[in-house]
Amino acid sequence: MSQTATASRADVVEVLRQRAYKIRRHALRMGEVQGQGYVGQALGIADVLAVSYFRAMKLDPKNPDWEGRDRFLLSIGHYAIALYAALIEAGVISDEEIEDYGSDDSILPMSGMAGYTPGMEITGGSLGHGLGIGVGMALGLKRKESASRIFNLLSDGELNEGSTWEAVASAAHWKLDNLIAIVDVNDQQADDKSSTVLNYEPIADKWVAFGWETYRVDGNDLEALVEAFDSALASDANKPRVIICDTLMGRGVPFLEERDKNHFIRVDENEWSVALKQLDEVYGVQ
Amino acid sequence: MSAKKKLKTSAMIASIAGADQPTTSAPFGHALVEAAKKNPKIVGMTADLGKYTDLHIFAQACPDRYYQMGMAEQLLMMAGAGMAREGFIPFVTTYSVFASRRAYDFICLAIAEEKLNVKIVSALPGLTTGYGPSHQATEDIAIFRGMPNLTIIDPCDAVDIEQSVQAMVDFDGPVYLRLLRGKVPRVLDRFEGYQFEIGKAKRLLDGEDALIISSGLMTMRAIEAADELRETGTNVGVLHCATIKPLDTDTILEEVRRYPERPVFVAENHSIIGGLGESIASLLMKEGISVKFSQIGLPDEFLDAGALPTLHDRYGISTKEVIKTLKQPVA
Repeated sequence: MSQTATASRADVVEVLRQRAYKIRRHALRMGEVQGQGYVGQALGIADVLAVSYFRAMKLDPKNPDWEGRDRFLLSIGHYAIALYAALIEAGVISDEEIEDYGSDDSILPMSGMAGYTPGMEITGGSLGHGLGIGVGMALGLKRKESASRIFNLLSDGELNEGSTWEAVASAAHWKLDNLIAIVDVNDQQADDKSSTVLNYEPIADKWVAFGWETYRVDGNDLEALVEAFDSALASDANKPRVIICDTLMGRGVPFLEERDKNHFIRVDENEWSVALKQLDEVYGVQ
Repeated sequence: MSAKKKLKTSAMIASIAGADQPTTSAPFGHALVEAAKKNPKIVGMTADLGKYTDLHIFAQACPDRYYQMGMAEQLLMMAGAGMAREGFIPFVTTYSVFASRRAYDFICLAIAEEKLNVKIVSALPGLTTGYGPSHQATEDIAIFRGMPNLTIIDPCDAVDIEQSVQAMVDFDGPVYLRLLRGKVPRVLDRFEGYQFEIGKAKRLLDGEDALIISSGLMTMRAIEAADELRETGTNVGVLHCATIKPLDTDTILEEVRRYPERPVFVAENHSIIGGLGESIASLLMKEGISVKFSQIGLPDEFLDAGALPTLHDRYGISTKEVIKTLKQPVA
C-alpha cells in the first residue's frame, strides 16, 4: 500500500494544507511583482490545486512531458498565476522564476499559454476551449490505451460559453471516464457576480442531466476535497466526472476575502506585506 | 404555350461536374482511406456532415478511427486539437461556412496558435451550392488569410484532392482545405507529370496573350476558357495556384514577368474581397510591377439562391462568362 493510503486522513489533510499555504504564498509573491492580478482566484483555488497536484494526479516534475502523466488543462488562462504557483510548489518550475512573472521574455506570462511554460498543457484565455480539447485528448488517450487522465479546471463564468456545453454533452456521449472537470464556483465574473451576469444554478443538476458523475463540495474544505477527488478517481462509473468546487475569492488573506471587487485585484505596494503576514497568521506560521 | 422550364436549386447540388466531364466519386474519402492504410495516426472526425464531406467512405473503411462529434463545430475543432495533442493526425470535416464563421476562435487558438497537426477539410467552398448565404462560403479565405500558421489549400479537381491528402499527411501543421465533394471532375490528368505540392503554383498552359492565375474550381474554368480561345487564335496561359497561403510568390512573379505586356486575370471561387486576387494585387504592388490586372470572382454581396449553373453564369464564374471577361479590354 502506498504511504498516503496508510496515513490517516488527518495527516493527509495536514500535508495538503501546507502545500495549499505554499501555493498561496507563491501566488502572492507573483502578484507583488506586477502589483495586481488575479490573486483572488489563486487564493480561492489553492486548496483544489493542492489536492489535484499532490493527491490526485500522476506527474514527474523533472519531466513535465512524460507520456504517462495526467494532463491538467487550464482553460481559464487568467488563473495562470494560480497554476504557476502549483507548478512551482510541485518543482516543475523553479522558484526563481517568480521574480520575472509577467515580465518581458518570462516563461510565466500573465495569461497561461502552452508554448511558454513547462507543465502548461494548453493555451487558455479565450474561455470555453479547455473541456473540448479535453474531450479530444481523452479520446486520444483511449485510442492509445493509456491509463492517463485529463483534468480540466474551468470556472463558473466559463459555463456561460456554449462551447463548454458542446463538450459536456460530447464527453458523456463518449463515456469519457478518463476526463475529470473541476469547476471553480466563486460567483465572480468580470462585470458582476456570476449569478447576476448569467445564472447557471443549479449547476450540479445540469451536469447530472448531461450524464456526468457529479460531486459538489466546499472547495476550501480540504477534507471534503480529498473525499470528492478520491471518490471520483475510484469510481467505476462509465462516465466523465465533474467536481464542482464552491470557493471564496481571496481565501486565506482576510482583508482580501472581504474586498467587494476582487475579480481582478489591485493591491497597494504597502499591502503586499500585510497580505503575506495575514496568510502566515492564518496558517499559524510565525 | 409553355414557359421555359426553370432549373431547380437541386440541380447539381452535390456536384459541380458538368454532364460530359470525367469524374471521380468522393476522391477525398478514398484518398484518406489509402493514406490511413499507411499511417495509423490518421483519424477522421466530423460535425454531422460525414456523408456530405465524403468522409463516409473513410467511416465505412475504418470505423474504429471515425469520430462522429455531432453538430458542434466548436467542439469539432477543440476535439481535433486534443487528438493532435495526443499524437494523432485528425482530418476534421464540416462545411466551409461553419468552419470559418462559427469555429474561427477554436481554429485560431486551440489549433493554429500551437501549430497543431489538424487538417480541416471543408465542403461547399465559395459558390458550390444554390442554398443561399447560409451555405455559401464566399468569404472563408478572407477570414482565414489573417490567421498565422494556417496553410490554405484550394484544390482544382479530383486529381488535386487525391494528391493533397497525402501532402497534408506529410506536412506537419494545420491546414484548411476547400473540398469539392461528390462526383468531382478530373481535369489535371491531361497535364503530364502534374504533382500537387503545398506552397507551389503550377504552370498548366503557356500563352503570351493573357495570363490567368487561378485556384480551386476556377482553374477548370480557366483551362476550358483557354482551350476555346486558342481555337480563335488567342493564347492564354494558366497558372494554377492551389495554395492560397503561403503564396508561391516566386513562381507568380516569374510567370508575370515572362510576358510583361500580358494582362493578368486572377480567377477564384471566392469574394473579390480578401482572396487570391487581392493577395496577388498586393504582391505585384509591393514588387513595383505594373500590369493590366483584373479579378474574376464573386461580388461583395450575399449571393442568390438558385440552381448552380444559373448562379455561376450570373456571377461570372462559368466558362462562358470567363471567356467574355477575357475578351473585354483590361484597364
